[in-house]
This record gives sequence, C-alpha cells and structure tokens, in this order.
Amino acid sequence: MIPQNFEYSAPTSLKEALALIAKGDAKVLAGGMSLIPLMKLRLAAPEHVVDLSRIADLKSVHEDGKGEFPGGALHLGALATHFEIESSALVRSKCPLLAEVASNIGDVQVRNVGTIGGSTAHADPAADYPAGLMALEAKVHLTTAKGERTLPIDQFIVDALSTALKPNELVREIIVPVETRGTGFSYQKLAQPASGFAVVGVAARVRKSAGKVTFVRVGVTGLAGKAFRATRVEKLLEGTSGSAADIQKAAAQAAEGVDANTDLHASADYRRQMTKVFTARALTQALSRAD
Amino acid sequence: MTRKITLKINGKSYSHEVEPRLLLIHYLREVVGFTGPHIGCETSICGACTVELDGKAVKSCTMFAVQADGRNVTTIEGLATDGRLHPMQEAFWNEHALQCGFCTPGMIMTSKELLERSPHPTDDEIRHGLEGNLCRCTGYQHIVNAVRAAAAKAGA
Ligand SMILES: Cc1cc2nc3c(=O)[nH]c(=O)nc-3n(C[C@H](O)[C@H](O)[C@H](O)COP(=O)(O)OP(=O)(O)OC[C@H]3O[C@@H](n4cnc5c(N)ncnc54)[C@H](O)[C@@H]3O)c2cc1C
Ligand code: FES
Ligand code: FES
Repeated sequence: MIPQNFEYSAPTSLKEALALIAKGDAKVLAGGMSLIPLMKLRLAAPEHVVDLSRIADLKSVHEDGKGEFPGGALHLGALATHFEIESSALVRSKCPLLAEVASNIGDVQVRNVGTIGGSTAHADPAADYPAGLMALEAKVHLTTAKGERTLPIDQFIVDALSTALKPNELVREIIVPVETRGTGFSYQKLAQPASGFAVVGVAARVRKSAGKVTFVRVGVTGLAGKAFRATRVEKLLEGTSGSAADIQKAAAQAAEGVDANTDLHASADYRRQMTKVFTARALTQALSRAD
Repeated sequence: MTRKITLKINGKSYSHEVEPRLLLIHYLREVVGFTGPHIGCETSICGACTVELDGKAVKSCTMFAVQADGRNVTTIEGLATDGRLHPMQEAFWNEHALQCGFCTPGMIMTSKELLERSPHPTDDEIRHGLEGNLCRCTGYQHIVNAVRAAAAKAGA
C-alpha cells in the first residue's frame, strides 16, 4: 500500500496554490480521505501534489446577509471539515440540514479531516453531501489564477466522479441558503455497513402554512451516477396536507425515470425500493420538525 | 525527492528527511520507533492506526508524514505521565476492554477525544463515536463500559 512517489508543495496562500496548479498538471490534496486511498491503490498516481491544508483563506465559515440567496447565505470554505460543519453553532442554527448530513459521514476520524470542498470535488455517487446540497440548491464558488465563477450544484456535478471543475481550478467555497424559519429538515441514509457510504441517502426540506405543505425540496444520493433533486416527489407533496398517505404517494415517485446503479452492495431494484422508503422517512421527519 | 519535516511527537521535537509518499503510520513506527499505533487494515477502515494530530483523532495510515510537518502528534505512548496511566487506559484495564489488544491503542485515542468533546455521552453516542474503530475480540460491550466508566470517574 505504498503510493507512487510525487513532488509535494504546501502553499500557504490561495494565490500561491493557484499559480502551482495553473498549468493543470498538479493534483490538489485537501483532507486526503478520498485521494490518499486512491493513491495507495495506485488508481491515482499524480506527479505533483499541492496540499491546500495550510491555506487559512479556505477555512472560513461565515454568514453573508445578501448576495447569493434572498434570505442570506452561509459561505463554507472548501477546507471546512465535516466535523467543523456538524459542530458549528452557526451552521447548526442557520442551515441545520447541512450539519445533519455532515454528522452522517463516515466515522469521526474521517470527519476530523475530510472537507466539504474535497467531497464535492470528488463527486462520489455514494457521498452524503450531494443529497443535502441538491435539496438546498447550493452553489459552488470556483476560482483560477485568472478569474472566478459560481455554478449551481446541479451543474457542477456532471456524473459519477466527474464535475465541471477544470484542472487549473479550485473549489473555493460552497454557498448554501440561510434556512427560512419554520422549515423542517431531515437526512435519512441507508449506510453500507462496512464503509458507511450511502447505499441511498435522502435529504428533505419542507414548509407548512395553514395546514398545507407549501414548499418541498428533496435531494437523493446513492441511487444514480449523480445525486439529483426528486422534483416529481416535490410537486406531488406540495399543496397537500402532508398526511401519511400523501407522503407515501409522493415518495413512491422518488426513483421514477432514474437509471439506478447496481454494484456488489445493492441491485438497482433494491436501491429503487430503498429510495422510496428513505424518501418517506425523510419527509415524515422533516414534516414533524416543520412549524 | 525528499523533504525535511519537523514535528512534535508526544511533546518532543523530531526532524527527518522523508519521501512525500511516506505514510504517517510508517514514519511513526519505522522511522521514529513509536510502535504503539498499529497497522490493521491499511485501508482507512479499522482505526488501529489512530493517533492525535493537533488534538484530533486521525487515521495515520491515511495521511502523509509531510502533512504533519510543524504539527503536534500524540500516540498511545504519550498518554501515561510519570508512569501513571491515563484515566482512559486505566478504565480499559479495569473494565477488561481488551483481549488481544491489537485495536486498543486506536480505541483509546478515539475514546479520549470522544470524552473531551462530550464528557457525558450516552451508550449510543459512545457506539457512534467509535464507528471508525474495529475490534475482532471483545464484542465491543466492555469497550463501551470502559468509556462510560472513564466518563463517570471524570465527573465524580
Ligand atoms: C473510511 C472512510 C469512510 C467514508 N465514509 C463516507 C461516507 O459515509 N459518506 C461520504 O460522503 N464520504 C465518506 N468518505 C469520504 C470522505 O467524506 C472524504 O473526506 C471526501 O470524499 C473527500 O474530502 P477530502 O477533503 O478528504 O478530499 P481529498 O481526498 O483530499 O480530495 C478528493 C478529491 O477532490 C479534489 N479536491 C479536494 N479539494 C479540492 C478543492 N478545494 N478544489 C478542487 N478540487 C479539490 C482532490 O484533488 C481529489 O481529486 C469516507 C472516507 C473514508 C476514508
Ligand atoms: S490501519 Fe489505518 S485504518 Fe486500519
Ligand atoms: S482486543 Fe483484539 S481486536 Fe480488539
């Protein structure tokens, strides 16, 4: 389990890091929780590794009153670890769904070093964050030595392990909305028992008003090559009273029209069935938390 | 292709020229000689290699030694002071929380962090906190008992 040797740089500023990757032939390292296992198996063998972990600029987690979302936004620096997000008082109060998703990732040693930027850039089809980021309609702020751009999460993630990221580009931060008061949320995951990765995972956000469900967002990971928003479920539940029967009827559509994954952990049919079950669980808990 | 690193391990400073690809666990065991952290799976799953990096539990088989440059590492060897066991070590001993002992250094490092973050955990929280550490011998119950006992003793 010894990786191929490589040249190692540990820049301390974003500018320096962007210059090091400008030619597009370096691989960046954040927490290493996906990259190092791949390097040990020699599925990845970069010649030059640029370690981002000493760049203070990429660690900030802060709120911004205006800008990306009408109700305000949380900016999560790419290097914010899963543990920092699960335990941050700011994230827990302003975007509790994201904290709940983070607390479900792997184990504590992985959460202590793995980062939101790394997980998003890696785009593992069984990763947890993508379900939450889809349900939150998050944005990804990208930067190169020459300029910046911001993409909706749905455009950033292209397919399994594939994103819109260019080789000379970094994820700078993930931007999520400050949650509207009264929004109920839930992340429900069927974890693969050995690795903890999601066989399927469903994130839900809901709002109610005068006995009616007024807003539903559902993000699904693990089922397909790419996490997605289950818009059929959202439309079916909106406008109902949110009864158990309404939830079942909407959740039954969660895997409709999706090209489901088969692997050694689960068949496509099993994943589809579990997606319906976990969608119903996520909606039920989210509705019970909404007021 | 080597690089000089300087770091503190168990309070003492060390400096070596290492290849960037050298994993922290191999550095600790083979270069410096701290063989307390064990290599179980080498694939980031079992937690036997767990050490503290700047106060946080990490799997040292999934980190390069160069990433620890300038930082503080604590291994199981660093827990006892003046020949007196750390309270978590003592609790593992008293509660019979080990059989072969292979997982124990990692279990203790993770359990220690768990109580630092959450001094009065429920049994569910203890089990959730130790998800990254596997034990092939004890069936876990005695380990949970040990962490609970260490928490009770610290609170007393
Ligand atoms: C035992 C184990 C269990 C796990 N269980 C889960 C789980 O249950 N759920 C889950 O979601 N994940 C799980 N993971 C994966 C984990 O969440 C990783 O931390 C995450 O996928 C990668 O983040 P990282 O910071 O470690 O990135 P790295 O491994 O450092 O990098 C991953 C990839 O992203 C690129 N990259 C990193 N940062 C940036 C950036 N800022 N800009 C551009 N590119 C970047 C790297 O070049 C690399 O290609 C597990 C990992 C392990 C080892
Ligand atoms: S040896 Fe590091 S996790 Fe098993
Ligand atoms: S005591 Fe033998 S592996 Fe845990």
